[in-house]
Amino acid sequence: MKLNTNSNIYTIIYTTILVVLVAGVLAFVSTALKPKQQENIALEKMQSLLRAARLGDDASAQNNKSEYIKALYSEHMTNDFVLDYEGNVIEGEAFEIDLQSQYNIIKKIVAAKTPETAQALREQLQLPVFVCTIDEKVLNIVPCYGAGLWGPVWGYIAIEDDFETIYGAVFDHKGETPGLGAEIAHAPFYNQFVGKKLSKEGEFKSISIVKGGGQADNPNGVDAISGGTITSQSLEQAIAMWLNEYQAYFNIKRAAIGSDDCCGEECCGEEHNHDQNGKEPCAGEGCVCKKDSLNHESHEQYTK
Amino acid sequence: MDKSILKNPFFKANPITVLVLGVCSALAVTVQLKGACVMALSVTVVTGFSSMLVSSIRNTIPNRVRIIIQLVIVALFVILIDQFLKAYAYDVSKQLSVYIGLIITNCIIMGRIEAFALGNKPFPSLVDGLANGMGYGMVLVVIAFIRELFGSGTLFGLQIIPQSWYIANGGFYENNGLIILPPMALIIVGCIIWAQRAVQKELQEEQ
Repeated sequence: MKLNTNSNIYTIIYTTILVVLVAGVLAFVSTALKPKQQENIALEKMQSLLRAARLGDDASAQNNKSEYIKALYSEHMTNDFVLDYEGNVIEGEAFEIDLQSQYNIIKKIVAAKTPETAQALREQLQLPVFVCTIDEKVLNIVPCYGAGLWGPVWGYIAIEDDFETIYGAVFDHKGETPGLGAEIAHAPFYNQFVGKKLSKEGEFKSISIVKGGGQADNPNGVDAISGGTITSQSLEQAIAMWLNEYQAYFNIKRAAIGSDDCCGEECCGEEHNHDQNGKEPCAGEGCVCKKDSLNHESHEQYTK
Repeated sequence: MDKSILKNPFFKANPITVLVLGVCSALAVTVQLKGACVMALSVTVVTGFSSMLVSSIRNTIPNRVRIIIQLVIVALFVILIDQFLKAYAYDVSKQLSVYIGLIITNCIIMGRIEAFALGNKPFPSLVDGLANGMGYGMVLVVIAFIRELFGSGTLFGLQIIPQSWYIANGGFYENNGLIILPPMALIIVGCIIWAQRAVQKELQEEQ
């Protein structure tokens, strides 16, 4: 008997079986390759963080790129932690924090109608910070994430230990237009951020990305990309939104720089857990600063 | 099997220069040789295997939905390649970004399935698919060679033009930035077509 390949029943059954088969194959392959793909994504994140600290530009020239990046990462990225909106360290793995979900919260905070709703949202925030040490220099690397023209844009900004000066920055995107918006991912654009300031007359001011912004006498601006206006604007907005949430932490750190106390608190006669940005070791009598942790909560009794 | 199945796609019926199919991706992914080679390989695998698969089930495909069935099969291979690149050649996968996914819409693949695989046995279909993919890839590599050499001074990322030639280092040479941009790729495609027609007189239309 010859099958009637044009009947409705046959068509429906045929397409159903085919689609289920194809879906099965794809699901299997996708599951099997997932760990390898995740590893690549993690490696790329490491490379971005290193690039923000102006390290690892020669990675592509190495024979074993992934080993090189991992080694460089473990050498320089000495610490990472998660902050809440007040700048306190909370539990969490900074590397694993999904920037997109945090961006969704920040977006709602900006759009919140009342201060109460904004506050309630702020309490959910988890802000990652990565600490990078190059010789004696200690950098705090913070991320930013926002919506570009066609898809997400994100980046990492390395800030020097005065919590004002940008040491380096790197940006990336999912699908901006090549040659236009996609230029944010290239060195001529992000190198403009080097040495720019995040404050103006003592107040927080984010970096503006505008036409003619990159003049040498303007410490708060960089040049936008011709033909990539929407991407430039979105990136500017993303940077401002994220840095704004980090201000609480930066203020704590800035206050600590001037005082001779190591963590901005009165000398308490106890051992301080001192963060890695210690400009000056604690000079107060009876105070001892440990250089390995940032956790202020665990003051340990200092015994002589 | 007719030898012309294997031979034609390279010169007499080259997908890009004669059939003028798949030109969009030929402009997009030819800035560097590495990307062009991966793209050429991907398209070859996709055309070859989707042609073979469609050909082997050609008598069972319901005629009314055959385009959709073909599309599902092509998409299957494209997604497989995309997944493998993401796992084993992440840099290239990022560089080619959307163009891997867009292989699905490459006219060469659907064109070969409709024109050849539906009427022939699986093995000739596989050969036809692979040959067309390679014919496409060959042109891609030629364009990428010209563009990378004169646009960036490199081949496969290795510096070919000596550094001391550059004006920045006191020499006389400067990379041609125009070649990096897609319009110049179109002009190169045009030049290749011109050269081919000058050699193969039978391709020229009657006056």
